[in-house]
Amino acid sequence: MKPNENQKKLIKTIVGAVIYALAILTRVKGSPFSLAAFLVAYFIIGGDVLWRAARNILRGKVFDENFLMSLATIGAFIVGDFAEAVAVMLFYQVGELFQDYAVDQSRKSIASLMNIRPDYAVVQRGETLEKVDPDEVKVDEIIVIKPGERVPLDAVVLSGSSSIDTSALTGESLPRDVDAGDALLSGCINISGLITARVTKEYGESTVSKILDLVENAGNKKSNSEHFITKFAGVYTPVVVIVAVLLALIPPLVVPGATFREWIYRGLIFLVISCPCALVISIPLSFFGGIGGASRRGILVKGSNYLEALAQTEIVVFDKTGTLTKGTFTVQKIAPVGISQSELLERAACAESYSNHPISQSLQKAYGKVIDCARIRDVEETSGHGLTACVDEKTIAAGNAKLMRKLGVTFTEPEDIIGTVVHVAEDGVYRGYIVIADEVKEDAARAIAELKAANIHQTIMLTGDAKRIGERVASQLGLDEVYTELLPVDKVTKVEELLAKKSPRGKLAFVGDGINDAPVLARADIGIAMGGLGSDAAIEAADIVIMTDEPSKIATAIRVSQKTLRIVKQNITFALLVKGVVLLLGALGYASMWAAIFADVGVAILAILNAIRMLNVKSIK
Amino acid sequence: MPRKGEHMKKVCRLDGLGCATCAAKIENAVAKLPGVSSASVNFMTTKMVIEGEDARMDEIMDQATAIVKKVEPDVVVRKA
Repeated sequence: MKPNENQKKLIKTIVGAVIYALAILTRVKGSPFSLAAFLVAYFIIGGDVLWRAARNILRGKVFDENFLMSLATIGAFIVGDFAEAVAVMLFYQVGELFQDYAVDQSRKSIASLMNIRPDYAVVQRGETLEKVDPDEVKVDEIIVIKPGERVPLDAVVLSGSSSIDTSALTGESLPRDVDAGDALLSGCINISGLITARVTKEYGESTVSKILDLVENAGNKKSNSEHFITKFAGVYTPVVVIVAVLLALIPPLVVPGATFREWIYRGLIFLVISCPCALVISIPLSFFGGIGGASRRGILVKGSNYLEALAQTEIVVFDKTGTLTKGTFTVQKIAPVGISQSELLERAACAESYSNHPISQSLQKAYGKVIDCARIRDVEETSGHGLTACVDEKTIAAGNAKLMRKLGVTFTEPEDIIGTVVHVAEDGVYRGYIVIADEVKEDAARAIAELKAANIHQTIMLTGDAKRIGERVASQLGLDEVYTELLPVDKVTKVEELLAKKSPRGKLAFVGDGINDAPVLARADIGIAMGGLGSDAAIEAADIVIMTDEPSKIATAIRVSQKTLRIVKQNITFALLVKGVVLLLGALGYASMWAAIFADVGVAILAILNAIRMLNVKSIK
Repeated sequence: MPRKGEHMKKVCRLDGLGCATCAAKIENAVAKLPGVSSASVNFMTTKMVIEGEDARMDEIMDQATAIVKKVEPDVVVRKA
């Protein structure tokens, strides 16, 4: 509906309401002037409803809400309740206006959510810069992004350096620094410097259009609550209307002393309550609000059904590497014997400087200085042991315990270490050891604690790591259970076992990095992938994608889903209860038309207001 | 050229869609059309997604438009 059409309707309703108020104030019983005043108000307020009802009857549609409202109000006029007749129409229109307004507002908030769509791309073609639609840019073309502009397509930086605001995609407010060679994701905003970049993906394949597509289509996968309401609405209206007709006709004919006036009035009450609009509109609104709010926090939910399932989660199963831990090795401990920590690190880093092994890289990173290659010669690597090298004319051996034994170095093996131990010997003398391990993410322990606070019964970790390491990490983070030394196939089997153990209504969510655990993500009730930003595999494989690397976002997602479902349930219960009670009282003759108006419009407005709370998920951390 | 029997997805906008019950009615009726494998009306984004046989898509779209006209005469079907 066009906005000015809404305004027209609003003005009409206000004018009608004023005339209605005057009609009530000047009411004289039995006066034709009073009736005329009520009729004028009635036609001003409800003329369009009557018109639509007439038009729809010609098209063969009977149980249409316009028709039901017309019938109820005309009926009220006939039985002589003029004030009620106009009131029903007035409040029905107010309710409609309110619904339109609520729907408009939430559609606008989608639109603002969708504001990450880039409007144009600046492409370097020959000597000139052209401003074109992002759709027209091909892979490998060169684009220029000025400060303040949105990155139009996924690209890799050729020259220039800048800070990039990724908050539209991740909900993360801290800008990211990029330099030549770094990947740029479409949808982010370039903050500080001019960048030229080579396009790596067409617009349709770029991150921004994938995310837009996902959020826009999330409502297409409907939840059970939505299916229930659609089915319910299909039965509810005809049943209530049939009961209304029976109520108006049968008792006056059968029961002695019952009047048509009294029983038609009761039937009319049924007609007023016969529209299930409150439920039908407020439920998709709540889900939409939940999905929209989650995506603003960098959590993409691919459908209302997944949001609903998430709220019923009992068990959360984590993959370890890349999910709870960073998946990158870092130096955790330096234990020198007879030399300083930095001396030990320098010797190890030099000896390992020719190796590409992740362990060697983490040593280089910890050492942090450039190593002069001339100092090192005669590097000899023994697979499964380590290596020896001549550094500054001294023979350095760096490797595991096996290497030390092989070289006959005397040392004591440290106990209770998680991670990989690199022993260092210099000219056959033991100099100590360095521990390298995968780092636990900063918010991992908080994530587990928050899940427990959100009523998750069990948190479980699956890992391919050794038992000792896995159990140590699990106890450090406070997980309930851990299964170690699993091959990728074993993870699927384990998840199947856990699925069999949970209660029938409860759901199991699996959290992985989406790269090599696609089968497990698919097998779980809800597959959640971490670090979705820039990883197509994760976005494809999972039902819910966490754009950042933070496991604590899972707890956020669960809280959003629980709040959504709470609102949905409140609305269903509240609406059914009020409608049911008023129907019952109406049939028994205790409810007035005013109660019916409340059960229809009042309930609709309250349900919508309740659903709109979901659009404001800022309150959920 | 797509072969007969091949499936495709078609998206259109339903401008002026203001009633969620009608959205559900449209969705149900379109899903029952011959050649349609699934239909979904997203009330919040006012988009309708129809999946069906490629060869019959034009016919399907005509019928779907007629259904929309019947259920909600004020709604305009527009290509997305």
